[in-house]
Amino acid sequence: MNLPDPATLLPQMAAALTAHLQQRQISEPRFIGIRTGGIWVAEALMHSLGLHTPMGSLDVSFYRDDFSQSGLHPQVRPSALPFEIEGQHLVLVDDVLMSGRTIRAALNELFDYGRPASVTLVCLLDLNAGELPIRPDVVGASLSLAATERVKLLGPAPLTLERQTIAPN
Amino acid sequence: MRTHIIGARVIDPASGLDQITDLFLEGGKIAAFGQAPSGFVPERSIDANGLIASPGLVDLAVALREPGYSRKGSIASETLAAAAGGVTSLCCPPLTKPVLDTSAVAELILDRAREAGHCKVFPIGALSKNLEGEQLAELVALRDAGCVAFGNGLQSFSNNRTLCRALEYAATFNLTVIFHSQDRDLAAGGIAHEGPTASFLGLAGIPESAETVALARDLLLVEQAGVRAHFSQLSTARGAQMIAEAQARGLPVTADVALYQLILTDEALSEFSSLYHVQPPLRTHADRDGLRAAVKSGVIKAIASHHQPHEADAKLAPFAATEPGISSVELLLPLAMTLVQDGLLDLPTLLARLTAGPAKALRLPAGRLAVGAPADLLLFDPQGSTLAGERWLSKGANCPFIGHCLPGAVRYTLVDGRISFQG
Amino acid sequence: MTPTAAKRPLQLNDLGQLRHFLSIDGLSRELLTEILDTADSFLEVGARAVKKVPLLRGKTVCNVFFENSTRTRTTFELAAQRLSADVITLNVSTSSTSKGETLLDTLRNLEAMAADMFVVRHGDSGAAHFIAEHVCPNVAIINGGDGRHAHPTQGMLDMLTIRRHKGGFENLSVAIVGDILHSRVARSNMLALKTLGCPDIRVIAPKTLLPVGIEQYGVSVYTDLAEGLKDVDVIIMLRLQTERMHGGLLPSAGEFYRTYGLTTQRLALAKPDALVMHPGPINRGVEIESAVADGPQSVILNQVTYGIAIRMAVLSMAMSGQAAQRQLNQEREEQR
Repeated sequence: MNLPDPATLLPQMAAALTAHLQQRQISEPRFIGIRTGGIWVAEALMHSLGLHTPMGSLDVSFYRDDFSQSGLHPQVRPSALPFEIEGQHLVLVDDVLMSGRTIRAALNELFDYGRPASVTLVCLLDLNAGELPIRPDVVGASLSLAATERVKLLGPAPLTLERQTIAPN
Repeated sequence: MRTHIIGARVIDPASGLDQITDLFLEGGKIAAFGQAPSGFVPERSIDANGLIASPGLVDLAVALREPGYSRKGSIASETLAAAAGGVTSLCCPPLTKPVLDTSAVAELILDRAREAGHCKVFPIGALSKNLEGEQLAELVALRDAGCVAFGNGLQSFSNNRTLCRALEYAATFNLTVIFHSQDRDLAAGGIAHEGPTASFLGLAGIPESAETVALARDLLLVEQAGVRAHFSQLSTARGAQMIAEAQARGLPVTADVALYQLILTDEALSEFSSLYHVQPPLRTHADRDGLRAAVKSGVIKAIASHHQPHEADAKLAPFAATEPGISSVELLLPLAMTLVQDGLLDLPTLLARLTAGPAKALRLPAGRLAVGAPADLLLFDPQGSTLAGERWLSKGANCPFIGHCLPGAVRYTLVDGRISFQG
Repeated sequence: MTPTAAKRPLQLNDLGQLRHFLSIDGLSRELLTEILDTADSFLEVGARAVKKVPLLRGKTVCNVFFENSTRTRTTFELAAQRLSADVITLNVSTSSTSKGETLLDTLRNLEAMAADMFVVRHGDSGAAHFIAEHVCPNVAIINGGDGRHAHPTQGMLDMLTIRRHKGGFENLSVAIVGDILHSRVARSNMLALKTLGCPDIRVIAPKTLLPVGIEQYGVSVYTDLAEGLKDVDVIIMLRLQTERMHGGLLPSAGEFYRTYGLTTQRLALAKPDALVMHPGPINRGVEIESAVADGPQSVILNQVTYGIAIRMAVLSMAMSGQAAQRQLNQEREEQR
């Protein structure tokens, strides 16, 4: 099965997001991308919606649940949130949703900054492999992969999805 | 037991003998070379083909740790370890508890040594009471109890005048004084050679001058007092040079060096391993080379193990909190053979430094093979090898050479014709 | 004597990651840079409302201080707490070891209480290495200072300070002034600066306070402060302990201040934007003039903040390296 082209997904995501926010009467949300792919998607989305508000970037390395098994991620970067979280409506953006653990970590980290008014989850790709009760509010496309396959987002321009095979355990 | 040793290469540095020949032992003495004495019927024969027969090794510095330091060693265990290293005669230092400053302690040591029977022991008595460097010990009484020489270990005398008086007293009775030249104040607090390695590791240093300053003083006082002097455990090339100059001036001083000082340098400290914590400390390559040259030229005529066994706890702490000393007498022969392997010395010279040289320095009845002399012999295989630590007899396992494969293997050590060790 | 590969196995796991932090010696430029980068991220954490991350939650960090130290101890405690670890601090200087318990026994007892990590400060050089070699290999050991040998976290926080204020190390001139002989901070700093590529490292001290063989660190030696400070970008002042006056190394604090003290006048010899650093605690009027310590070029207080971030980085990386090694060992077991 061919992987979709992100360029075609983004317009429909933008439209779906707009509708979603309108329905909840959220007017000026702040976008936060989860490093690294989520940041590219968030930027593309904001561009497509013509938004120029400050964007936040989140590095969830310190909040992951697999420290005891895998240790520290080698490429930790500081998170950068140039706005208040307290009372803010947020749009959290990630590229590929798999188990849901990254989103869990992201939420925990965000809540250490303050108490948001709401969090809307946007994902480019949902792999239907959720291990936690986390569902995206807006999704570009749904996909099912074999156990030995992964998908990676390459970017920032052009954004492309690439299928990778991993070694079986 | 009448013994016939067949076909060994017999090397006796004292007489210059180096020949494949037979040896005949009777009544604890060497009865004959080459030809059996008339009517000699051997009760035991040892096939010594391929082996070297030399005088039993004479080690001038083996700490037996008895009386007083039973966790570290005993006369029985350490003399057996010495026999395994090829030693038939050894000197033990006065640092016991109580200190070897009374004839009672000397007698105790000699009795125990005789009981164990592994090695002939020649105690070195304390030069000053309790080694405190203040009052003279009863040197004559100690001599009569069996002490062959007198020293103060690394402890300094309280002042130069007291030292001078002690030397003059010893000279009165023609006694030999053993010096471990180290200036107390220059060495104070130091645990490693003052050089780049110690600086890098942050270890307090003992400068070269700690040895040379004391040596200069000691040599001048020896000259003034006219005392027989032996300088033990030299650690610097400069020190060896000073001994050479004194000998050239006509001063009849002798010297020894620790075997490990000819092999190791302060670079061994790089992992903070307490196995390399010794006093005086391991020094630089240049010092090692200078000491080796002095051994080769004969300025230093004796190589000693400076055996110091310790219990495990003494070495299980950060470097500065550990006790100094290496346990190595049971490797004396194979470890010394590395000097031959490295091309530093030829075999007869090495054996001279381990037998005739040390015996002569302290005027010991040992270190030579001659008809009528005690049958103290070492038979070893120069082509064999010793895996250090495969068998370990000393109570102290504090030896950095454990696990190394060393050249040469002791096959028989005989004391008064009796086998004290068989490898 | 250049940094030896021989030290590598003890501090690093089979993947070349930190599993103890004992000394700068033997660590690559890449690894040191990784520590600095990780510390940058933790600095950001310190600027938030909730200054904690859950990284080491459920882990126990044991501070074992055989030497008194309020500053280092507090920052290690804070660092561990900000990583959500449980922290125990033992001031062993007053307890069991004085009753004759050996160092090894003290640590084995603590190990039995299931500590995941020890931060150790001890008066003997090589103590941290000794502990790492003899205590359970799964317990990460962080050297909080051992004798005169090393104080690697201080070295790294000094490097972070320099990087954050000067951008990098390639074009810098750094002077370290004071009691080099007795200073583990100086040794760690010299090694770190060299590894990170600083081309001009200077030490300035009287002969009595310079160790033999200082050249092996690749530094230039000055005994004249004015000469040594010329046009430098960074000045690291070292603390002078009062004991030094009693050992015959120096006549008096006054004479030291006169010859090696960093006064406003002397500071002017360095570059106008030169950084003034000090590991603390400072001796005003002995190493440094109050006006300089409190002045605009001083980053002494910033160093403290960076110290927490560096220690958070090192604690996490060492814990992470231990976890990775355990994982590797398990995989190897399974493959048999």
